[in-house]
Amino acid sequence: MLKKIGWVAIGVLGTGAMAVIALAHGETVNAAWLVIAALCTYATAYRFYALFIAKTVFRLDPTRQTPAYRRNDGLDYVPTNRYVLFGHHFAAIAGAGPLVGPVLAAQMGYLPGVIWILLGVVLAGAVQDMTVLFLSTRRDGRSLGDMIRSEMGTLAGGIAGFGILMICVIVLSVLALVVVKALVGSPWGTFTVACTIPIALLMGIYGRFIRPGRILEVSAIGVVLLMAALIFGKTVHETPELARYFDFSGETLALLIIGYGFVASVLPVWLLLAPRDYLSTFLKIGAIAILAVGILLVQPNLEMPALTKFIDGSGPVWAGSVFPFLFITIACGAVSGWHALVSSGTTPKMIENETQIPFIGYGGMLAESFVAIMALIAATIIHPGVYFAMYSSAGIIGTTAAHASEVISSWGFVVTPEMIDQLAHDVGEKTVLSRTGGAPTFAVGMSMILAGMWGGKALMGIWYHFAILFEALFILTAVDAGTRAGRFMLQDLLGSFVPVMKRTDSMVANLTATFLCVAAWGYFLYQGVVDPLGGINTLWPLFGISNQMLAAVALLLGTVVLFRMKRDRYAWVTMAPAAWLLICTLTAGWQKIFSADPKVGFLAHAAKYADGLAQGVLIAPAKTPEAMARIVFNDRLDAGLCALFIFVVLSVLVYSVRTCLAARRAHHPTARETPFEPMAAA
Amino acid sequence: MRNSGASLAETGRYLTRSLAQSLRLMVGMPDYDTYLSHMARTHPGQEAMSYEAFFRERLEARYGGGKGRCC
Repeated sequence: MLKKIGWVAIGVLGTGAMAVIALAHGETVNAAWLVIAALCTYATAYRFYALFIAKTVFRLDPTRQTPAYRRNDGLDYVPTNRYVLFGHHFAAIAGAGPLVGPVLAAQMGYLPGVIWILLGVVLAGAVQDMTVLFLSTRRDGRSLGDMIRSEMGTLAGGIAGFGILMICVIVLSVLALVVVKALVGSPWGTFTVACTIPIALLMGIYGRFIRPGRILEVSAIGVVLLMAALIFGKTVHETPELARYFDFSGETLALLIIGYGFVASVLPVWLLLAPRDYLSTFLKIGAIAILAVGILLVQPNLEMPALTKFIDGSGPVWAGSVFPFLFITIACGAVSGWHALVSSGTTPKMIENETQIPFIGYGGMLAESFVAIMALIAATIIHPGVYFAMYSSAGIIGTTAAHASEVISSWGFVVTPEMIDQLAHDVGEKTVLSRTGGAPTFAVGMSMILAGMWGGKALMGIWYHFAILFEALFILTAVDAGTRAGRFMLQDLLGSFVPVMKRTDSMVANLTATFLCVAAWGYFLYQGVVDPLGGINTLWPLFGISNQMLAAVALLLGTVVLFRMKRDRYAWVTMAPAAWLLICTLTAGWQKIFSADPKVGFLAHAAKYADGLAQGVLIAPAKTPEAMARIVFNDRLDAGLCALFIFVVLSVLVYSVRTCLAARRAHHPTARETPFEPMAAA
Repeated sequence: MRNSGASLAETGRYLTRSLAQSLRLMVGMPDYDTYLSHMARTHPGQEAMSYEAFFRERLEARYGGGKGRCC
């Protein structure tokens, strides 16, 4: 009885908080309401929906042996305490996605983002993570691609596998672009991020030869060195003789990162990748924790209105209307296909008991969603005028604070040139105008919160660059690890045609595959840097579409398995979110290719520049006919890639429907689970 | 917390150990003691890897093999 009253109270509190943030007109809302609304939603969803799925839909069986016990080897398969495993799982799924998407979506006001993050995570994202974890746990911890192959056939598996490789390429290029955009013309940021390389090398040597395997010790040393680099970065920024060595254009930074990606992914893992991974993981978890504490203590006000006029699709940050583009702009935090790969990776091999699947799968995603809510808070406590100054490309607002403030004020967001210059001064940058990409905006918001907690304006520059550092650090680690992973996938793929490519001990094969992999994401990265619409505008929708399509594929697999388990009664649990994601991604994909608005449609944009070429007119920002020809080519390439993603997801859909129909005709369950074995008595 | 008779110091040690274990697993390094006890229990005849060998083996397994993560 008392419990029931408690849940009613949580429900009432959550609804009340939601009402406050949704119905605010004119007056500013405190971020605390947003936190309360989110936490109440998570608690209720977990208690009722996650446990319903666990007990009724999946019928999780506490007496069934998990892979961790059946194949226990003390290495990959190890029964692991659920709290420890939760940490592992969360660290693996939390990436840059939830920090960028919500910041981009803030141009429409905070409300659309909040609603999608909360509804999306409860009904789609957390369901997907939990479903895939369940499927993989019942199949000896096999991977997503493997499971698609065994449940839907080899061809479906092959198509999905190729789709995953292409998604990796887009993910890597868009992430690298976020870093480039954050570091352009920022000596302080560039210096600190560059310092992570020698620090990691030092840690690698220490951890290999001086004190082998002392991970926590070497990480502590690394973090201290990194903080020293961060503080010294201020001196670099203030000393022109030093600053000019770290002041790069976007093009140079892109080439540096491409070169770095190549070198880093052929060096031995212990030397660079592993120590960077330690630093980035611990910094990431630490920064998320600090931000949560900061928001709770400072309780900032949301300056952005609930809705802006840009819900009609005319926003300066990215083009496109709420439907379908909001739902692909915020991917991670609401639903992310990426997590399907993690949930069918290391986590299912360590789970102690099936009954812990909701806590780790559903709960882990709820935690990630909270990171997205925090990112949204960080973006919306910034004065909207400043937000748009940071986020609109130079083609729209010009390159001076005076001109920018004029343009932005004409949109109805009052901002003075002094406010823009003051902010740049506070965070230790030359300018904050047109810092598109997401990271700088998030970093400004985070530094405002943390400076409110400790240090005030004096420390704002440090906090700002701390935020940039931690984002750049784990993005570069992802670039490094992703290139390596992509290289192995590619070697596997090419090995089917050219056997020598499969040999991972052959230097030529390794270098060729690495080169191809780096060239693929490097091409899109460079294209994004020189892109007339600011890069993110082009690449982020491609990333969002492909990532959400992967989620749809994972949920389709869940649906197929529910049918094959003869639980079709409950198949709506995965079918409904899969249908929604298919509608959003296919519509968005279609519009990105065919929309007549050159800001949205790739082909229309290509046509605009092709016409210009034909008539011999230069269209800014292209300065030569060659640049214009390149834009036309890139637009068509992006349209082709978009079409490829649509083809992949539609093929998987067709295979899913066929398999579901076949499963309905069968008289007994046909799902291919590892046979039941009872849990050994403790 | 685990068993009501445990002293504060024991609980503290347990929590510190769990925290260190969590942090290591976040970067893909499973617990060495668990590995040792697994080897002792199921393969009493075989010699277990030293910590250094175990560390290297896990490093290769996380970053070296075909499987990987990218975001």
